[in-house]
Amino acid sequence: MSKRFEQLLVPRPEGLYCPPGDFFIDPVRPVDRALITHGHADHARAGHHHVLATTQTLDIMAIRYGAEHAGQTQAAALGEDITIGDVALRFHPAGHVLGSAQIAVTWKGMKIVASGDYKPRPDPTCAPFEPVACDVFITEATFGLPVFRHPDAAAEVQRLLASVRRNPDRAHLIGAYSLGKAQRVIRLLRDGGYQAPIFIHGALKKLCDYYQQQGIDLGDLQPATVARGGKGDFAGAVVLGPPSAFGEPWVRRFPEPLISFASGWMQIRQRARQRGVELPLVISDHADWDELTATINTVAPEEVWVTHGREEALVRWCALNGRRARPLHMVGYEDENE
Amino acid sequence: MKRFADLLETLILTPSRNGKLRLMIDFFRSVPDPERGYALAALTRELDIPSVKPALLRQLVTTRIDEELFRLSYDYVGDLGETVALIWPDAADHPARSIPHGRNDMPSLTEVVTQLQAASRREGPALIEGWLDRLDPSGRYALTKLVTGGFRIGLSARLAKQALAGFGNVPVHEIEELWHGLDIPYESLFAWLEGFAEKPVSAALAPFRPVMLSHPLEEGDFAKLNPEDFVAEWKWDGIRVQASLDRGIKRLYSRTGDDISPAFPDLVDALAFEGTIDGELLIARPAGVGAEQSVTIGTFSDLQQRLNRKKLLPRHLEDHPAFLRVYDLLFHAGEDLRDLPFEARRSRLEMHAGDFDPTRFDLSPLIPFDSWEDLAALRAEPPLPIIEGVMIKRRQAPYLAGRPRGEWFKWKRDPFLIDAVLMYAQRGHGKRSGFYSDYTFGVWREEAGHRELVPVGKAYFGFTDEELKAIDKFVRNNTVERFGPVRSVRADATKGLVLEVAFEGLNRSTRHKSGLAMRFPRISRLRWDKPPAEADTLEALEVLLASDNGAD
Repeated sequence: MSKRFEQLLVPRPEGLYCPPGDFFIDPVRPVDRALITHGHADHARAGHHHVLATTQTLDIMAIRYGAEHAGQTQAAALGEDITIGDVALRFHPAGHVLGSAQIAVTWKGMKIVASGDYKPRPDPTCAPFEPVACDVFITEATFGLPVFRHPDAAAEVQRLLASVRRNPDRAHLIGAYSLGKAQRVIRLLRDGGYQAPIFIHGALKKLCDYYQQQGIDLGDLQPATVARGGKGDFAGAVVLGPPSAFGEPWVRRFPEPLISFASGWMQIRQRARQRGVELPLVISDHADWDELTATINTVAPEEVWVTHGREEALVRWCALNGRRARPLHMVGYEDENE
Repeated sequence: MKRFADLLETLILTPSRNGKLRLMIDFFRSVPDPERGYALAALTRELDIPSVKPALLRQLVTTRIDEELFRLSYDYVGDLGETVALIWPDAADHPARSIPHGRNDMPSLTEVVTQLQAASRREGPALIEGWLDRLDPSGRYALTKLVTGGFRIGLSARLAKQALAGFGNVPVHEIEELWHGLDIPYESLFAWLEGFAEKPVSAALAPFRPVMLSHPLEEGDFAKLNPEDFVAEWKWDGIRVQASLDRGIKRLYSRTGDDISPAFPDLVDALAFEGTIDGELLIARPAGVGAEQSVTIGTFSDLQQRLNRKKLLPRHLEDHPAFLRVYDLLFHAGEDLRDLPFEARRSRLEMHAGDFDPTRFDLSPLIPFDSWEDLAALRAEPPLPIIEGVMIKRRQAPYLAGRPRGEWFKWKRDPFLIDAVLMYAQRGHGKRSGFYSDYTFGVWREEAGHRELVPVGKAYFGFTDEELKAIDKFVRNNTVERFGPVRSVRADATKGLVLEVAFEGLNRSTRHKSGLAMRFPRISRLRWDKPPAEADTLEALEVLLASDNGAD
């Protein structure tokens, strides 16, 4: 692989480091200057001295970590030119969650795009992904295996609605991560014609409120946290909560709960079965295999760097298709937000 | 295929038995003949299609996709059929964005089955390849499972028959009795169940006859039962079977009507008595000259050596010969004896005892007793370890299908009890979502002065709702580690939860670290009062194993 590009960005234990600009992208531990692609906890951590991110990502970090999460913050508008030293920067939408961005870094005629997590397909809750021509495209590989081909999310939501109609006596408990997935599922339910109140676990409230403030209409949301009168109260209800809550006493208030989980992992039946998921919904905020490979072809970079996920298979695909690629073996970016 | 694939998919993910029954009943209701019949045959594993080796699937898929990418995917997914189903490229050249709903060129299950049955060995792979191109991922999954012959959906043939019974609102034993005389795709059966036709008449020879089952004897029963009206037999710890010889056709059935003849050719070959007999399948060989008993009976774990074998080797027949201890006679030379009282059937059986090959068959003896106290004493001291209690049968009882009240009773010996320590807990499903309700428990193993807990079993019932809450709380407050839905809990000499576990027997097992496996373990009491250090040891279980399995 070309050492030339490593003058501009190089993997370090803390994260991707830019020597000429002296900053990190999505560092996993506190640093002096951090550029953050999006608000998921494995990319956006608290405790940096200076943070540069989109306004929405900064807002989300403040909601999650408190206003004092960083010494100093600076908002980057999408498409705006920013410079740090003699490094030119530009944020482009990544289509992953609200506020998510790819970061293009240009220096001495080299351009590298760190895409963070991304999803090319339409999502009513965030700005659409935009392919950016570059010399090096840094891609995730969360679903970097050819078995991952996500079906149409709207059709998945229709399966959920069919199940709700079929089981009027049961509460549908949908596991969805609190940033992005939950709001997208709710928005898809509304688009799918479901107008009844949707009950949400307390852990989702702040971010749902924030999405609503940002103009994403999620309809009537009600808390599923307070204990209510009888058990029958939630019969036929649609309830969203973080998957971790499903092992907690919280779920006991629901009648005959039907456990569902909205995640790209749900494509693997054994995974769904092991987690006790009765209704797996294959809804992902990441690019699937076809989208990863199509994106690489569209961006057509000189080199592909693969950060996290199933790097090996994507690197293999690049080799088979005559593209230079290398795995970065970045540690600390887990799939917990899928 | 679409409907069948959907059924499979939902069955896999539906943990509850009633949920599975509902799904099947809905399916039988909404899917026409012959498609539903082929699905039924597939679910009950009655379908005889030329099977396809996993290697062939692998070969097919690697003509479409890079071998290395396939290998990485298979490593990740862990199931060949599912990997093939997911990775198979959609027929269209462009990457398909969605599952092609509404494609109307998907093959039906009927088409798949009939074409495969008609195909030569050479034609099979091309057919499968063509179907993989036409199906969506869940259809491909159903196809790969169908042709490799393993659904692994936790569904027994018995449950499918129960769904049929529910669908047609008839007793399940009527289905069981008919079952072996029916032809796939079961159109006459469905017509009858839907009320469009008479009950089909089974023309098959040596059909299964629904068995008569007993009730557990309860404390209050003695006062109501006169010992003079009853006979007693030992309750043998084998498996209940029915053997039939009907004009040259020989069959061995499980108590739910599964034909298990292929697993026991030694016993079936020795069947020479024209009729249908009911008895207990055991492992036994003729004892030496002068021995007290005419045969030496093996243990239940010996019997397990013969169960669920994919391939039966000569040494299995040699080391663990099958034997039938007969206790009832249902048919004799074409005559149906089931309406006769037990006594009359028994004397007919005794009259013909000499017709049986004594190396493979004998009669389960009646145990004389005068009072229930007598019988209680006999039950407390059974002469052989393979005895698990006594059976009490009314002298006047006809042979009735199902579990009629007041006719036959089983009086099992008291269960074994041990004190074990809770080690892991897993979250439950359905009503038990949010509760840690499946428990793995262990006992102490001592080695070179060092003591550690080794898991010896798993139990998920036996406790009350209140106790479940209490255990759940304990698990949450004492979690040491989490692995997905499982938590390991603190369990050392001073801190931990002691569970009194009841079980029916012990076997050797290579699957468990302890080398032991329990039969029907359940939680009988919570011993909050007992320090874990005082729980039982593996040594104590080993002693129990030796006594439970006799001198073997």
